[in-house]
Amino acid sequence: MSVQETIFTSELAARFDKLVTIYPLRRSALVPMLLYAQDEKGYLSDEVITEIAQRIGITELDTRNVISYYSLLRTQPAGRYHVQVCTNISCMLRGANEIFDHCKKTLGIGNKQTTPDGMFSLEEVECIGACSWGPAAQVNYDYYENLTPEELDKVLEKCRASVVQEGKGSQA
Amino acid sequence: MADVTFTVDGKQITAPTGTLLIDACRKVGIEIPAFCYYPGLSLQAACRMCLVRIEKIPKLQTACTTPVAEGMIVATETDEIKQARKAMLELVLGNHPLDCPVCDAGGECELQDMTFKYGAAESFHTEMKQHREEQQWSPVVYFDRPRCILCYRCVRVCGEGMDVWALGVQNRGVTSIIAPNKEDHLECEECGACIDICPVGALTSGAYRYKTRPWEMNHVATICTHCGDGCKTTLGLRSVDDGVEIIRGDNRDKSGINGDFLCIKGRYSFDFANHKDRLTKPLVRRPDGNLAPATWEEALDYAGKRLAEVRDTRGGASIGVIGSNRTTNEENYLLQKFARKVLGTNNIDHHRTADYTSFARALAGHQDRAASLRDAGTAPAILLIGNDPTQQHPMLAWNLRTNVRLNRARLYVANHAEIKLLRQARASLAIPQDGYAGLIGYLAGDDSALAGTESSAAFREVIRKEENLLILFGSEYRGRDIDALVNFGLGLPNAKFACLSDYNNSRGAADMGLMPDLLPGYQPVASPAQFADEYGNLPQTGGLDLIAMFDAASRGELGALYVVGSNPVSRYNIAPGALKDTFLVVQDMFLTETAVLADVVLPAANLYEKTGTVTNTYGDLQLVKKAADKAGVRSDFELIVRLADRMGANPKELVSYGIGMRADLGQSRGVQSGESDRHAVWLAANHLEPKLSPFDPFAILDEIQRLVPDYQVDRLALLAGNDERTVPPLVHIDNASSKTRSDGVLPAQDTLFTSGTLGRYSSILDEVMESRETKSAGAAATTSLDVST
Amino acid sequence: MANLVSHPDVVPLLSMRFGKGASALDRYLELEGYQSARKALEMGPEWIISEMKASGLRGRGGAGFPTGMKWSFVPKQSEKPKYVLVNGDESEPGTCKDRLIFEHDPHSVIEGTIIAGLAISAKMGFIYLRGEYRYLLKIIERAIEDAYAKGFLGKNIFGSGRDFDIVSHTGAGAYEVGEESALMESLEGKRGIPRIRPPFPAVVGLYGGPTVINNAETIATVPHVLRIGSAEYAKLGSERNGGTRLFCLSGHVQRPGVYELPMGYNLKKMIYEVAGGIPGGKQLKAVVPGGSSTPVLLPSEIDIGMDFDQVAKAGSMLGSGGVVVLDESVCMVEFALRTIKFYQHESCGWCIPCREGTDWLKKTLTRFHSGGGVNKDIDNIKYLAENMLGKTFCPLGDAAAMPTIAFIKKFRKEFEDHLDGKPCPYAHTAESVLV
Repeated sequence: MSVQETIFTSELAARFDKLVTIYPLRRSALVPMLLYAQDEKGYLSDEVITEIAQRIGITELDTRNVISYYSLLRTQPAGRYHVQVCTNISCMLRGANEIFDHCKKTLGIGNKQTTPDGMFSLEEVECIGACSWGPAAQVNYDYYENLTPEELDKVLEKCRASVVQEGKGSQA
Repeated sequence: MADVTFTVDGKQITAPTGTLLIDACRKVGIEIPAFCYYPGLSLQAACRMCLVRIEKIPKLQTACTTPVAEGMIVATETDEIKQARKAMLELVLGNHPLDCPVCDAGGECELQDMTFKYGAAESFHTEMKQHREEQQWSPVVYFDRPRCILCYRCVRVCGEGMDVWALGVQNRGVTSIIAPNKEDHLECEECGACIDICPVGALTSGAYRYKTRPWEMNHVATICTHCGDGCKTTLGLRSVDDGVEIIRGDNRDKSGINGDFLCIKGRYSFDFANHKDRLTKPLVRRPDGNLAPATWEEALDYAGKRLAEVRDTRGGASIGVIGSNRTTNEENYLLQKFARKVLGTNNIDHHRTADYTSFARALAGHQDRAASLRDAGTAPAILLIGNDPTQQHPMLAWNLRTNVRLNRARLYVANHAEIKLLRQARASLAIPQDGYAGLIGYLAGDDSALAGTESSAAFREVIRKEENLLILFGSEYRGRDIDALVNFGLGLPNAKFACLSDYNNSRGAADMGLMPDLLPGYQPVASPAQFADEYGNLPQTGGLDLIAMFDAASRGELGALYVVGSNPVSRYNIAPGALKDTFLVVQDMFLTETAVLADVVLPAANLYEKTGTVTNTYGDLQLVKKAADKAGVRSDFELIVRLADRMGANPKELVSYGIGMRADLGQSRGVQSGESDRHAVWLAANHLEPKLSPFDPFAILDEIQRLVPDYQVDRLALLAGNDERTVPPLVHIDNASSKTRSDGVLPAQDTLFTSGTLGRYSSILDEVMESRETKSAGAAATTSLDVST
Repeated sequence: MANLVSHPDVVPLLSMRFGKGASALDRYLELEGYQSARKALEMGPEWIISEMKASGLRGRGGAGFPTGMKWSFVPKQSEKPKYVLVNGDESEPGTCKDRLIFEHDPHSVIEGTIIAGLAISAKMGFIYLRGEYRYLLKIIERAIEDAYAKGFLGKNIFGSGRDFDIVSHTGAGAYEVGEESALMESLEGKRGIPRIRPPFPAVVGLYGGPTVINNAETIATVPHVLRIGSAEYAKLGSERNGGTRLFCLSGHVQRPGVYELPMGYNLKKMIYEVAGGIPGGKQLKAVVPGGSSTPVLLPSEIDIGMDFDQVAKAGSMLGSGGVVVLDESVCMVEFALRTIKFYQHESCGWCIPCREGTDWLKKTLTRFHSGGGVNKDIDNIKYLAENMLGKTFCPLGDAAAMPTIAFIKKFRKEFEDHLDGKPCPYAHTAESVLV
């Protein structure tokens, strides 16, 4: 199924055009496509779902069924920096709960909430495969390991700073 | 396939290789419980209720996914298994609300039944159950999430069964939920299959919910009054002030030709019977020109006197009779007998929606070539030309889909429109709307008959190689085109045919001689043979067809018109003035466009309020049982007899009652059943039942079976509620004279949500149409808003 | 990213290229890369499978099924295309080994996939990575590109006249997808619900074709088996447990990290010598030997060899190699709750016992841990777990039930200490875990 007017950037649209051709079945492209679309748009809006369903050739219901199964996929916006703290056993033993509590306090938000300025969102997540380097967190896709509350503050500060940097860049 | 022998609970069982253990056990009476397993739908192994112990396998196994194997030793009711089942129930009941006292499914809930059997009465959780508000998904479908046990039956019956795919599963784990296709509502065919298949009360119907408790209803299985497929629907009934009301329709016992399938009309569109505009008093046109209520005495007297007057002064040929395609065979037969014998006219017709006459002529002399509806579910290959079964024959469409899905049947579709069944088609051919006749020529080998392409040549090639092809055709084919089609098909080995028409007893109307030129069984009026012996004097020249009757009326040549259960004024766009010089008697449920012009209107019962038989479009004959009742109305059968009586005819000559054996019968028909009923069935089947009343349709069925050989079916099987095949029609039609014959077919083009005039009085159909319009209007508004911003 | 560790007992095979820049193809080739694939091409499928069988290599995903045997189940003739599917959906809590393989030695996965493809005559392979491993997806995509550029993938690989393609694929967050049939569903763009078996993947798998599914570590091991020879490889490990594996040590140890050690290596030694023992002079309380789904071991039970058979004999499982060490400060009720919370979150919800069972376990344990427990709860937890065990649609239910039963059995006293509104004796519990 072809899409007349895409809502994605031309790079992503071209990537999607290719993605559906590399599998024996078109539908295999669905999950990666959703994830990449989310990376670009921030979340899976109704428009995103409509276009992806069209690209794959399935119903929107079917698309939503799949989206709601995978924990990385979301249909609501998250913060610009999505802070995901692992609290599973290995991390827990090394202080993950304290890290998570620290995040809540520092950011002033609870689990699955977003700061009013849209900068940060926070989520307690399951094991992210950093067990030997816990406690660990992911900010968007980046890993931060052997965390302490102080380390975490630095990470958050770095996020804030890079937004300021970007802002300056675009003004120049 | 070869059989295997294995042991279940110490009992030796033999079953074909590949049979699922659960089915093999159920067949011999070993009940293995299951929520998710449903015959004919894909396997889930999700509810874990059917766990059994199979020797040499370490873990308990699901009987629903285990094929039987030679020498297998199975235990299904040990303590270990009982405990496993009990534990599953305890887990389900952890969140399932115990609102059974107000749940629609209470009393017919599979979860209740299993809890009853396996215990699980103890509750050991202190946490709250999860509660969510109930949601309305459509006028038909309501969803109560906490009750849902996630067996996925609804998802599968909607997707695999209906090919609608309107239900999905969302989220995961304990938050898993059944979701409708439009986020907060459903857009679907509103068949209600999801509701009936739900083992608990998670899905309930807008038509039935909170109306009664299941055990407070009586149940009568009868035939749906809507389309030509003739599904069996089991009506749930309760007594009300003015009779017996229908509150539910389903076919959960899977008896009948349709198994548990029903469309929205079969399940819910019985509600016209309770419409506020239902006529319950006869109406007579007063000198002031207005229709006003009258007594039965007055109305019948008046109608009978005037009809007799017209007959006696202007002759039978100046009277017309229009019958119905929703009345019973007995009523149709009686109506034509009344027309010909009492009124002395062949001016009799009905709204024809398929050319059965040509079909009968084309098939004459060929054995076993007429298909049953059942054949669509078993034929290895099907050619569907014209029609849109999804809209017009939902049960046929179900059979075709199921046949393709489960038996890998090869479905070939030729149509001018993009019909939904193309999704199941192995091969298809798009033809122009006027290309149906050409298609047959083309299939038969005439390349010039259709603008052929490579794909059409391939299509022809595969069709011509098929053996045991079932050919289904719609009203696109009439007259000589049917001959051509049948001739082509007869050239293929074992091909069978079915001609698709639009209404519940369209076939019966044609079979029973509601035709100006044909007597019952397609016997030409010019050679009445056994009918002459039976009826005495008969008019032997062909009468006026429906259109000609109205033409004659507008010329002032039709003195009287008797319309039974039909609304020709609306259907044929008759100018109301056309009938100003015609004495019009109408029998109907409602004051239709036709009835409003009448001099006498007689309030009639509908198909659910009477007994008799109907024939579906495939020629399957089925029993109609009286289910509901409405004070003030009478069956068309009774009204015809009474009218004849008022005209001075001898009712005994019309209906041969008062003969047979005397016996202690008790209640023989209606909503009661029991021993005396079965006794009566046997007597009736053996023609021993005394027909004590002139209003007994079985007296006429005796006569039909005596005079119309097609209808000589096994009466006991018929009365037991089975569908019985009528054999192909008679051979009497004269080829020479039929060349000039007009087929008179006017397709109804109903959709899933319409049903002629009757459909307009169904509030559920109304609501569905309305909600779809609102929803699509809403969607359009949103879209335009997007554009503007 | 993740720091590497070493110890004299480490036998670097899988880890021989870690930290050596081998994600670059040239470097991989310098370090004996793609020699096994060439050899496999030369020797043919039967030789590959017999080598794999002789090596004693058993699946590193957790079940420990002999790899060579698994490959031999794939029918030689098939109407539908055959596939190799690499399971890189590493998600079992306590497990972080595949991550290192993909990061430091992606070509070993590619080479292993090619060899598995040759063994079963498949023309296509898929490498499925969990969605969280986005940075690894980039690494493996790059490695695949390089391999194509060199002619190691695509048409006529290594000039052999044979074709083989590899597609890398990302998941989007679901532990259940690590189950092999759910993995296939997920790769086909569906919800990760396991399939009914039989048919098994070796006969009807991905896209309906015969499919070999192996854990990423297993696949990465394959080139090494052929490189050093099956006999040599088998010798490294213990009886019926060939070779080495990556053990992920986490929790209360001095030097947590991923160590490649021979199969059958002593668990006590692993904790006290390789990982440096318990920090802060604390006492050992318990060990989860193979990822969070494996039954917990008491300090008295850890003097065992870490291979599939010996750990099973001790009443637990070798699982995915995730060794989680708990010191005396850990509240076992809290630990049990956190374990169950995971399985509750990750249950796909398909079958009743897992969907409802994990949720009731979580609810009961949550209440129990926060001081609302009554004596009957302890038996109820055990009853729930026992009634899930062996009755669920896939092993996830067992993964939740098995550790729960062990926690109750081995730490019942600690559960009893929480009764009757008494505060948790290990007061450091953060509030998060109670959510």
